[in-house]
Amino acid sequence: MAHESTYKPSTGIERWLDSRLPIPRLMNDQFMVFPTPRNLNYWWTFGAILTFMLGVQIVTGIVLAMHYQPTTEGAFESVERIMRDVNWGWLLRYAHAVGASMFFLAAFVHTFRGLYYGSYKAPREILWMLGVLILFLMIATAFMGYSLVWGQMSFWAVTVITNLFSSLDSVVPGLGTTLVQWIWGGFSVGEPTLNRLFALHYLFPFVIAGVVILHIWALHIPGSNNPTGVDVKTPSDTLPFHPYYTIKDGFAVVVFCIVFGVLLFYAPNWLGHTDNYIPANPLQTPPHIVPEWYFLPFYAILRAIPDKLFGVIGLMGAIIVLFFIPWLDTSRIRSVSYRPIFKWFFWLFVICCLALGYLGSQAPEGWYLFFGRVFTIYYFAFFLIIMPVVGLIERPKRLPGSITESVLAKHGGAA
Amino acid sequence: MANSDSSTNPSLAYDDDPSRRDVILIGAGAFAAIGGAVALWPLIDQMNPDASTLSLASIDVDLAPIDEGQAITVMWRGKPIFIRHRTAKEVEEAKDVKLDDLVDPLARNANLPDDAPATDANRAAADKEPWLVMIGICTHLGCIPKGQAIGDYKGEYGGWFCPCHGSQYDTSGRIRKGPAPENMYIPPYAFTSDTKIKIG
Repeated sequence: MAHESTYKPSTGIERWLDSRLPIPRLMNDQFMVFPTPRNLNYWWTFGAILTFMLGVQIVTGIVLAMHYQPTTEGAFESVERIMRDVNWGWLLRYAHAVGASMFFLAAFVHTFRGLYYGSYKAPREILWMLGVLILFLMIATAFMGYSLVWGQMSFWAVTVITNLFSSLDSVVPGLGTTLVQWIWGGFSVGEPTLNRLFALHYLFPFVIAGVVILHIWALHIPGSNNPTGVDVKTPSDTLPFHPYYTIKDGFAVVVFCIVFGVLLFYAPNWLGHTDNYIPANPLQTPPHIVPEWYFLPFYAILRAIPDKLFGVIGLMGAIIVLFFIPWLDTSRIRSVSYRPIFKWFFWLFVICCLALGYLGSQAPEGWYLFFGRVFTIYYFAFFLIIMPVVGLIERPKRLPGSITESVLAKHGGAA
Repeated sequence: MANSDSSTNPSLAYDDDPSRRDVILIGAGAFAAIGGAVALWPLIDQMNPDASTLSLASIDVDLAPIDEGQAITVMWRGKPIFIRHRTAKEVEEAKDVKLDDLVDPLARNANLPDDAPATDANRAAADKEPWLVMIGICTHLGCIPKGQAIGDYKGEYGGWFCPCHGSQYDTSGRIRKGPAPENMYIPPYAFTSDTKIKIG
């Protein structure tokens, strides 16, 4: 929430800076004394975890780029050289690859947190939409990064995904082919394609960092939502961000790093596909093309739809629909904890996303295809039908009078 | 709208003429917008295939060593080109198919008009019907179909089978079953002698 500045420059240098570029005042007001709801649980620590992971990816990425060669001849070999010859190369490359998985894991938890507690509702619509934009940029960045390894999966993932644009040929003949050749810079996926993917993969993380700043700015206008969804009413509902949430976030980052470390040091290839250790071969398609785990739900949606163009529309629509949920949800109650009917649909949606993830890894035939279609329909129905309708017919549970009241009630004290 | 000073200062009244200001504003705005769009074009067009990519446009292939029933794959513009020396039986099978049974009724042959029907005669080499030359890329999502090597599974129609999503092509390279929407494309090519072709 917007609040009066409490910053008092105490030294001559701080006073000099304060009337020129008041960064110490900004840091004090926004990250030290910033009033934060006192009842935030550990699901609220994923924002800090994500900021940390973006930092890890940018730092490891910059040093990897010092050894990587974006040429069709040299790319695969340079990655192997990083793994075998470059000092600490194995650590940096595995940290970057496993880090991408951990980044997506945290982003999905953070998104579901926002969905459950209604953090997209007024006055946080722009905050939510910036988050969806970041997710979209992350997907593009991860896809381009995966292609740089130039293994079989890299090459064929680029081929299949860029070919999705050729579906536009069925709208305007020739448009799709022209667009795909423009993306490739040739008549097939090749050196020009690899070069531009590398250039954009280096650029996008900084674009993400820029949007993250806007995301935090939009967060600091209304302030954080909280598990009750009830607005902050009095100063007793809040705590200063530092030390209370710097410590809580810091602890969560450490716990998250333990999981990261276990994967990084004991199972660095567990989440990857072995075929990507075969150099790219434009003359041989692997028998099963599977994306990384974090794209599987979207891949399942693409394959559930039998038409090429509508499959692509479904794939894009699965992300785009998220932009509109501040207006698709008609309920005024933020937290799902107080919504007895919607709660069931919410958890079914979580199951739906996990199921789509599993189905995306299987061949699209028989029952796999059938359930792929069922869950694809539920995915879109959840946003387009259930959210607007349940909000109108549901009678919510009684909300606590304030954040303080809910905290004291929980611990047996009087409000 | 008259400026309050206009009665005492005639030059201000002249400057305040709204139509005169609009001309300058719209003119400057349009100039900047068109200039910006023109400056954008090189930034967009640089991504299109460059001169060296376009110059690799043609290759020569010697067909003499390919016996009946054999197939080879050559690269042209970074794409695999399937060249198959079809057996008499394969040619007969391809000829027997009725046009109504085809998913895609067009020949997709760069050497013929765009609306040529997908008869085997329009797909095979002109006057050399055992020879089939086509771009070996599945028209679904760009995978390379199986069927070039002797031991490959060739699908129900004896042509090619795409392992990605199960598209099946006949001995004329026409899509018969599966998600692919079009027949495999025939590149521009011509016989330069009895046993040599130039692709592109």
